[in-house]
Order: sequence, then C-alpha cells, then structure tokens
Amino acid sequence: MKVTIASGKGGTGKTTVSANLTAYLAEHGKSVVLADLDVEEPNSGLFIHGKQKLQKIANKMVPHWNSTDCTYCGECADVCNFNAIVALSDEIIVHPELCHSCYACSELCPTNSLPMEAERIGEIKVFETKNFDFIEGRLDLGQEMAVPLIAQTIDYVDENYPNHIKLLDAPPGTSCPVIEASKESDFVILITEPTPFGLNDLTLAVETMKVLEKKIGVIINRHGIGNNSVEEYCAKEQIPIITKIKNDKAVAQCYAKGELIYPKIEHFKESIKEIARFLEGLK
Amino acid sequence: MREIVIISGKGGTGKTSISASFAYLEGSNAVVADCDVDAANMHILLDADFSSKEDFFSGELAVIDESKCNNCGKCKEVCRFDAIEQKDGQYIVDKISCEGCWYCSRVCPNDAITMVKQKAGDLFVSNIKNNSTMVHAKLGFAAENSGKLVAKVKQEAKILALKNDKEFVITDGSPGIGCPVISSLSGANLVVLVTEATVSGLHDLKRVVKLLKTFSLEAICIINKYDLNANITQEIEEYLLKENIKVIAKLPYDETFTQALTDAKPIVQYNDKSQLSIIIQKSWKEIKEIIRSRY
Repeated sequence: MKVTIASGKGGTGKTTVSANLTAYLAEHGKSVVLADLDVEEPNSGLFIHGKQKLQKIANKMVPHWNSTDCTYCGECADVCNFNAIVALSDEIIVHPELCHSCYACSELCPTNSLPMEAERIGEIKVFETKNFDFIEGRLDLGQEMAVPLIAQTIDYVDENYPNHIKLLDAPPGTSCPVIEASKESDFVILITEPTPFGLNDLTLAVETMKVLEKKIGVIINRHGIGNNSVEEYCAKEQIPIITKIKNDKAVAQCYAKGELIYPKIEHFKESIKEIARFLEGLK
Repeated sequence: MREIVIISGKGGTGKTSISASFAYLEGSNAVVADCDVDAANMHILLDADFSSKEDFFSGELAVIDESKCNNCGKCKEVCRFDAIEQKDGQYIVDKISCEGCWYCSRVCPNDAITMVKQKAGDLFVSNIKNNSTMVHAKLGFAAENSGKLVAKVKQEAKILALKNDKEFVITDGSPGIGCPVISSLSGANLVVLVTEATVSGLHDLKRVVKLLKTFSLEAICIINKYDLNANITQEIEEYLLKENIKVIAKLPYDETFTQALTDAKPIVQYNDKSQLSIIIQKSWKEIKEIIRSRY
C-alpha cells in the first residue's frame, strides 16, 4: 500500500505526521518505509536519525551538442517547445535548466549531433534505522525541476520495497511536484489546520486530488485554534477526518528540537494510533 | 519602484501573515503581489475583491483525432512521459502526464495529433484594504507551470506600480527552492527571509540563503517563534551573522497570529497595540530605510 501525506499549505505538519507515523508503525512490527519527496526542502531526516547505507546520484537526461557532424539546420531549436535550445549559425546552445527531457531534439536531429547525456540534478539517499528504512530525495540548489527527482525517488522505493507500506511525505502546494508525489498512490492524506488559510488550501488540494481521482482523508492539526470551517467543509464534501491533533505548544517545542513526538506526548500518540487504525481499515 | 520579496524556504513560518501586515501598513503606496500561486492566501487577509480576472494560458496538451489515427503507435513509442496509452485498441492521451512537448505530434505520420493550449489558471487584480492593489492568481487544479504564472503575477504588479507611481512592490513568495521561488526572486531589490526557531526552519533557511547567493541578492531576516527553542535561535543568529544577513526582528510564539488570521485580518490591523504589531511596524520601517538607502 502506498500512501501520500500532502497538504496545500506548507507548515501544517506533513513531516511531523509522516515521521512519527512511520516510526510508530515500525515499532509495532509493520514493514514500513518512508520517502521524503519534499525534495526542495527535505526535512524528515531531521527527525529520523538513521545510518546512511546508500547514496545515488539522480540525473536527468539532457542533450549535449556535438559539433562534428552538425549542419546547423536548426531543427533542434524548432522542435524544442521549452526554449531550451538556441541554434546560431555556428553554435548550438543548450539550456539544461529549461530542458524537459522529451528527447525530440536529440532523436529528430538528422545528424545525431545532440546525444542525450545524464546531468546531475540531486541525490537519493537511503538511511536505515533499527526497524525501518528511510529514503530522501534532495534537489541540488539552483535546480528548478523537482518532478524528475520525485519520480526517481518513488521508482527507487517501488523497486526496493514492493511489499512494504510506503509512506510518501509530499511537498506543499497543488502543482506538478505534488501531483507527481500523489498520482500513483492508493490513498492521500491531506493535513490542514482549522483556519481560513488551512481551509482555502485544503479546498485547492481536495480539488486537485479529485482531478487525480484519489481517495482522500483529512487530518486536522492544531485542533482547538481557529474555527470549525474545515470540519464543516469535510462534512459537506463527505471526506473522512482521520484524526484531530490537539494544538499544544509542547508539540511545537518537541518539533523545534527535531524529536519524535509520540513517545513523549500522550494525546499526540493517540492521534498517531488513530491514523494507524484508519490505514489498517483501508486494506 | 522598489521590490521586496518575502520568502521562507519552509512553509508555515508566518511569511504570509507578515507580508500582509507590511502591505496593510504601506497601504496605497505599494502594489502587492501574491506569488504563492499554488496556495494563495493573501486575498483572505487583505479582503481582495477579485475585480478583474484574466485567463492564464500555459503549456499544451496533445489531442488525438481518432478519425485520422491508424493506431501505428509511433506516438507512444516516442513519448518519454508515459502519457500515451492504448485503451480498447485506440491510443489516448493522459492529460495529467502529457508534458506538452509536441514530440508525438511531430512524428505522427497521419497528422492525427494536434496540440491544444491549456488554461493553467486565473490571474486577478484586486482592490484591497487600505486603498491598495493586489495582483494574485489561482493555479488550475492539477495544472503545471506555476513558475510562469509567478512571473506573470510579478510582471503585472510591476507594471501597475510603475504606471501608478507606487514606491513599493511587496511580493509574497512561495515555499521551497525550485522553479516558483526562483521565479519570485527575479528582479528583487531586497529579500526578507522569514524563518522559525525549529530544526526544519534552520535547515530550510540555509538552503534558501545558498540560493540567494547564487543570484547575489541582498537579504535580511525575521525569526518567528524565537522562544520555541533558545538554542536554535542562537544557532540561526550565528549562522546569519556569518552570512552577513541582518536579523531585524524576533517574534515570539504567539497564538495572536492564528487569531488574527481566523478573523481574516493582518496582525497589525487585528490589534495594532500588541507586542507583535509593534515589532512588525518597527521591522517595516527598518526595511524601508534599508531599501531606500540602496536604491
């Protein structure tokens, strides 16, 4: 089973829930693996301290110009729909950061002068703790495209942990990175807070998941602040509320230090248990 | 015209609450740009009226004309995005996976594939509280190209500021370090970093600071929830000192932040005499002094 933990708004508790839930499930004998797909700002590793057992460079394929046979016909620039190639009369310039790796320029070049070559965009690291593994995708600074790295991180998890419960900690937002992190999952948990911001961003995330035809459930974090509008919305939309995590400065302080929270705070542990029971019921 | 971009790396640090407060304080002398187009929220705090709306087109989608298609499968063969599948004998395009690269359309021997421009979102220009104007956007559900929409929001805000002789553009950026953030930073005169005293706040701050360096942008920082953890606050301060980034304010962990936003008001409007409001007012004054001394 593959479950994505997402939210429209940032800072609602995705990483807190995914790290704690993974550790809790592992402690209770489940085969579980956690993947941090917030590749722009991966944070799960701050809460889970494992030993690194593997490090892989993640690449994307981009064309590299080879001048030997080039006739400067300009076909490559014509077929690139992302303005990643500029064809001059005596030089072909490739802008790798704009390249979407569609291969059109390379394969349609009449003289094979633009072979595709791997270019580094980030890395995938695998850590082991005493009872579960944790995979992190980390985008290099200055790289703009998170999607290929997210896809490769998920591929790694699928290949190496076919029978595990796979928890995917998604990036915030509603655009391409979140879609990539959710589109192959069996279930998507959306975490929000009971405020107008939380509701607004939850609505956007729910609409996105509807387009993807995903089954969803909501976790309300910092319950007790704000108002009831998120609960009313979920009732109207018939979205199950998996748990409500109590607003508590002690949780924030635990998080601030980078500690797992459920071993220390009882009401938080109850919420994690509720999530675990909910996932159990999904199978 | 001077552009101030507020970013945070990590989400949920208070970036939008602080940006909206700056916008409220400056009123009609600023144009506001909400560049967090994935999850735009400023309109809630600033009472945007969505008075003008424009469709935003970006990216294309391959559409197969079944009457012209002879099911040769060439399109599927060249597609690197697994966007073409065969269903009941007919090749069809998966809208979500199609990247709009045109490759299939170019190689189709029967010209059965056309590329259709996609609506990626809506762009709004709104009247907001304190006689000001805001440019904001709503990305289409499951749409892409948020970087381009960010660029469009910024461009519109700058045009409005120049046309109406406004001194400031106040830009609320998006979280992360990828394409929407890089797009929000372009052309900024000063970057305000909003971080929080947590291990993730510090981790993400370091990543955005490195990113700023590659663009040679000047930044200052506001530490939110500084009293959550004194050691981390100290670590943040030491790090920023080394990086030559001035900490202009430290805000305490305070649920007034949430109360104000539940009431749909910037903090400085919700209670202008509160400790938080006073610090934010002082910060905004200092930001203006810094930027005016440079540009």
